[in-house]
Amino acid sequence: MPDLPIAVAMSGGVDSSTVAALLVRQGRSVIGLTMQLWNRRRLPGFATEGPTGRCCSLDDVYDARRVAEQIGIPYYVVNFEREFEDRVVKPFVADYLAGRTPIPCTLCNNFIKFDRFLEMADAAGARQIATGHYARIRFDEPSGRWQLLRGVDVSKDQTYFLFGLTQPQLARALFPLGGLAKPEVRELARSMGLAVAEKDDSQEICFVPNGGYAAFLDAYLKESGVPAAPTRGEIVATDGRTLGSHEGVHRFTVGQRRGLGVATGEPLYVIATDPLTRRVTVGGAAELLRARFHARDVNWISIAALDAPMRAQVKIRNKHAAAPAALLPAAEANRVEVVFDAPQRAVTPGQAAVFYDGPVVLGGGWIE
Amino acid sequence: MSLYFDHNATTPVAPEALETMASCLGEAYGNASSIHRFGQAAKQRMEAARRRLASLIGCQPSNLVFTSGGTEAGNMAVLGAVRAAPGPARHVITSVIEHPAVLGPCRQLEREGVAVTRLPVGPDGILDPGNVRRALRPETVLISIMHANNELGTIQPIADIARIARAAGVTLHVDGVQALGKIPVDVEALGVDLYSVSAHKLYAPKGVGALYVRKGTAIAPIAYGGHHERGRRPGTENVPGIAAFGAAAALAARILDSESERVAALRDALEDAILKCVPDSGVNGSRAHRTPNTSNMYFDGVDGEAMTIALDLRGFAVSTGAACSSGAIAPSHVLTGIGLPAARARSSMRFSLGRSNTAEQVDALVEAVVAAVAHLRRISVHA
Repeated sequence: MPDLPIAVAMSGGVDSSTVAALLVRQGRSVIGLTMQLWNRRRLPGFATEGPTGRCCSLDDVYDARRVAEQIGIPYYVVNFEREFEDRVVKPFVADYLAGRTPIPCTLCNNFIKFDRFLEMADAAGARQIATGHYARIRFDEPSGRWQLLRGVDVSKDQTYFLFGLTQPQLARALFPLGGLAKPEVRELARSMGLAVAEKDDSQEICFVPNGGYAAFLDAYLKESGVPAAPTRGEIVATDGRTLGSHEGVHRFTVGQRRGLGVATGEPLYVIATDPLTRRVTVGGAAELLRARFHARDVNWISIAALDAPMRAQVKIRNKHAAAPAALLPAAEANRVEVVFDAPQRAVTPGQAAVFYDGPVVLGGGWIE
Repeated sequence: MSLYFDHNATTPVAPEALETMASCLGEAYGNASSIHRFGQAAKQRMEAARRRLASLIGCQPSNLVFTSGGTEAGNMAVLGAVRAAPGPARHVITSVIEHPAVLGPCRQLEREGVAVTRLPVGPDGILDPGNVRRALRPETVLISIMHANNELGTIQPIADIARIARAAGVTLHVDGVQALGKIPVDVEALGVDLYSVSAHKLYAPKGVGALYVRKGTAIAPIAYGGHHERGRRPGTENVPGIAAFGAAAALAARILDSESERVAALRDALEDAILKCVPDSGVNGSRAHRTPNTSNMYFDGVDGEAMTIALDLRGFAVSTGAACSSGAIAPSHVLTGIGLPAARARSSMRFSLGRSNTAEQVDALVEAVVAAVAHLRRISVHA
């Protein structure tokens, strides 16, 4: 087993570089692979290599290659642009147009990083893959299941984006940074002399620079030749009063406060968006609160299924502090009703709901 | 152990070329334009190289312009010939399987208002000369067709196309980068006007190329500066590289016949063994009319990129196609150009043999390919 190589997904950042170097230091045979996911020079106006969201830039490949050379491992760039567009970008665009707020990172983990990448690792003769995710994996003897646990560095924990991992995927994955805090990782990178030790963390959604979702959607749809559907519509209050108009329903997400262009006495938030009527409903902070919702396409990790109501802590956004709730089995398979003990702000369709038992991820699904 | 089967991407520098280059760098380091002895020594080396290359392709030394490589030579030919032609309404004929060194400048000419016809090729990877004749227009000023294709090795009927071009009074450029040193080339017998070549495909260093310009063929310069190369290509000549190119040309002239025969036998043995051992595999393009060293094969259900990595880790350097297009999202334009569906194009590999390859190496490659295909087909869920 220790002789079989491990394929490390190297993004060119400090985390995955440190993973590769750590494994080499432990005497493991390592193969470095960088996934080319998106051509940043493809859409007009998105060609700049900004400081954030630098996914797949030439600079990142340069950095990854340099680290691989430094630690003396075979290294390849593999092109998953076609799969990434089909499995991540297109659903991302469709979700936005359908009035949901998607999380492409989860789709990328499910269908690219822990699927296509595993195949590529197989092709290279590697049984295991390692990534720089801040999360932990362990095998639980009593249940006979692989468990996913929060990273020790809670501020960096990435389990929210990993809830879709299946048992076979978890069985083959290694997260060597799960027990470390980010400053420790940087210190390790420094001590091993890695050229990327001081590199900035990547931010936001990798293929959308600087959070410019609306501009990205417009450019992508234009390139695809999809005739721009009318997206202008009304901004209405929860009581139905028209407060104003907007330029595009896909530019709004539940909980959003800025950019409404409506002046009233109290702060207004987006409560709901409806792509059919192109209506954006706004209201006060209190109207954002919801106590219950359904999650679909639930993937269970530490348990095989939800047979009876269960207590959990539920996280509905990456930056949300998991809130106590009851999980209720729904009539349909892979569907769950979540009932919070106290109503939560901005339960947003399209975002993930991830269920925790302390540090252990029970599973998760998509907010309906 | 690392065995090299990617000679269409580039070749190792032959000892003779390396020795010549080193002596130029160390001794004949003068600027070939200088009046003094240092300059004269450099000039002598360069002109000797010009004669050797001219001899290999059957032209006068004065017809050769040295460049920085095949891409510059291709640009000089395509842009130069069209820009030298009178009149605003102009038209270029090329093929869908050309190298980017030709397709790129054609695309640029299109942006500048020139019409471009890209002729299809048959499933064998060969152009029908009749299509060239039918594509001619009164305003056609250039035909640019490659001699041998880089991915398939298929050889185009250049002499036939040259007759058509000559009769129509249209300039013919032939991209000979993949033909030079692999098959006999005689530019005057072929009847071409412009012929571009590259040194690093001929066991000489990278960064050197040449363009044959038939006497009387008008080409406008694409760069401006000094009066080097008879005013056709400004810039201090890369004498060490050019001298090495000359040495490589002399060597190629000496061994071309015997080496072609030897490499063709190895290539055919490689294909026959793979076809026998690997189900759902086949050869892309014509097996008859192609360079002796090139084989392009498909392995249905196998991802070519994964196979390249798997073979590299086993010590075999092969490629999925053109080195320049590796890592691109679209499947090879050459393979789709001969009618392959995208999936089969993505499952294709190029083996390009060369001087160092032996029968034992081919046997080892066959074994590795058989094992890699079996492994990849076992694990793959994406065809």
